[in-house]
Amino acid sequence: MNHEGVDNSKRQFLTTALTVVGAVGTGYLAVPFLSQMQPSAKAMAAGAPVEVDISKIEPGQLIRVAWRGKPVWVLSRTEEVLDNLKTDTAKLADPNSQESKQPDYITDPLRSIKPEIFIAVGLCTHLGCSPTFRPEIAPNDLGKDWMGGFFCPCHGSGFDLAGRVFRSVPAPTNLEVPPYRYITDTLIINGEDNLEADA
Amino acid sequence: MKNRVNKCCDWTLERFPLSKLWNEHMAEYYAPKNFNFWYFFGSLALLMLVNQFITGILLTMNYKPDAKLAFDSVEYIMRDVNWGWLVRYMHSTGASAFFILIYLHMFRGMMYGSYKKPRELIWIFGMLLFVCLMAEAFMGYLLPWGQMSYWGAQVIISLFSAIPVIGDELSLWIRGDYVISDATLNRFFAFHVIAVPLALIILVFLHIVALHEVGSNNPDGIEIKESKDPWGKPVDGIPFHPYYTVKDIVGVAVFLFFFCTVIFYMPEMGGYFLENANFIPADPLMTPEHIEPSWYFTPFYAILRAVPDKFAGVIAMGGSIVVLFLLPWLDRCPVKSIRYRGGIYKKALALFVVSFLVLGYLGTQPATPTFTMIARVFTVIYFAFFLLMPIYTRWEKPKAVPKRVTHEPDAEEKYAALVEAFEEMTTHEPLKTSWGATAFPVSPNKEGIKHVLTRLLEKLKRSFE
Repeated sequence: MNHEGVDNSKRQFLTTALTVVGAVGTGYLAVPFLSQMQPSAKAMAAGAPVEVDISKIEPGQLIRVAWRGKPVWVLSRTEEVLDNLKTDTAKLADPNSQESKQPDYITDPLRSIKPEIFIAVGLCTHLGCSPTFRPEIAPNDLGKDWMGGFFCPCHGSGFDLAGRVFRSVPAPTNLEVPPYRYITDTLIINGEDNLEADA
Repeated sequence: MKNRVNKCCDWTLERFPLSKLWNEHMAEYYAPKNFNFWYFFGSLALLMLVNQFITGILLTMNYKPDAKLAFDSVEYIMRDVNWGWLVRYMHSTGASAFFILIYLHMFRGMMYGSYKKPRELIWIFGMLLFVCLMAEAFMGYLLPWGQMSYWGAQVIISLFSAIPVIGDELSLWIRGDYVISDATLNRFFAFHVIAVPLALIILVFLHIVALHEVGSNNPDGIEIKESKDPWGKPVDGIPFHPYYTVKDIVGVAVFLFFFCTVIFYMPEMGGYFLENANFIPADPLMTPEHIEPSWYFTPFYAILRAVPDKFAGVIAMGGSIVVLFLLPWLDRCPVKSIRYRGGIYKKALALFVVSFLVLGYLGTQPATPTFTMIARVFTVIYFAFFLLMPIYTRWEKPKAVPKRVTHEPDAEEKYAALVEAFEEMTTHEPLKTSWGATAFPVSPNKEGIKHVLTRLLEKLKRSFE
């Protein structure tokens, strides 16, 4: 090829300009392509609150409701359980829930509006399995220190009956408490709190 | 007529380098003549890839990637589609078989140093293939929309949320919803049938092109290109076709014997190939009692569980795969094949295999405190194998490497030795039968058995030196 009289700087300029324009174009195209994998408008709208009737709940019983496709637990705690929870805090990683996700108006260490009704999102904060409800005291498989709680079968994380995580298990934080409020004494609306309703 | 065919061939060859390609990659691709059975697994993996493609295409004809329909459409394939059960079992068994073959193929590479200079890129492409294969298997496992599909995907996608700052956004983007849902199923279907298979094909192409550029390694770990005959052909090489194509067909026959046995008699493999919980439709409110990934992920899963911290656990699991990529640069021993390497590497490799198998077993078991403790010990061994490698491979005292490939005893010679050992382990005491004849029944000879066993153990011990 004859390279005589070739202005290399012009070539260089054209190559650089084309590369830059091409990169910018690719960048612009990447936005819709990547963004279309985000939750769609329909998926975002599906987070409607759900009502839970707790009038028929027995003491010590756990009921599961689906909210935004996630399991939400409503647990009725007995006096005995509450006493246990108050005293047995030595093995907890975050007894006062300072690192954990819960609405601002939940200030009680036992993490509920009314102590006897505990509500939490039933997904382990480690990798999102739904822990099993193990209210019994000192069962064979969980050891004699087990005072009742939730045990995650996937990776062995344990939580007490206030959803507080034990020390040296994979789960980093306590179970999440969703926003909720009481409409009447026996009716809870889950996924909506007073603050939002007032606003 | 023959003339017509010839003309047709010439017409094509003038326009497409068919014979050139054939010669370069088959008829004049010289492979070392001393391949042993470990060299079957590459071509068998290719066979499995073809199996997965064909059965996969057939399955998509009846499968519905919809959270409401998916589970039932799989059952429909199993019960109502002609031969649907066979196609599905070929696909599900094929996935497990693929991993068995790939693990053996990788172990072969580790034994004979096939990742070492000049084959580092082949190893890298192979590792990328392994990662793609894991992605492919994981996404395929969601499609039947059973309990294990659902909760397995939930756990693995949650792994991404452990990444600081962008983690939650990233896992939301992968799921396309706040939980695993129809959106997730649909996109996993798209990845499983289009994106990842394309990547696999491209990587297989690159893997083979890179291999044929530098040539195959062999059990002696020496370069056959270093001794050539006057015509420039490696003296220790034989053309891939017909020698290895024919040999590989024998491997295929043996492999298919096992493969078909599983398909027809134990397609669920006791809950390892198809897990029991996956015969229950996905329930977002209930995790099954024991959730475990498919067996081929369990070593990595056990490492994840062994670390008592979310982010560190994810890093350890990712790291257990990343270290494999680095293998060519961690190993400082100049000798490739385990036959001529020092005892320290042989022991380290044996320990690594044990830790991989133990972790694999622990990953299938519930996380009890004892098992977690054992998993921690073996996780340390797993990483020590790689991370201490730059140190212990430098201490290694390798043996002298031959210039030419060595002769391996063939089946006939091995058979003769086997007969000899059998003779030694048995006696033929004459025995008078009740009707007066003399018989020579074969009975075990304690001394002989002891002798043979000691010899075997000594041989094993010597091979580790």
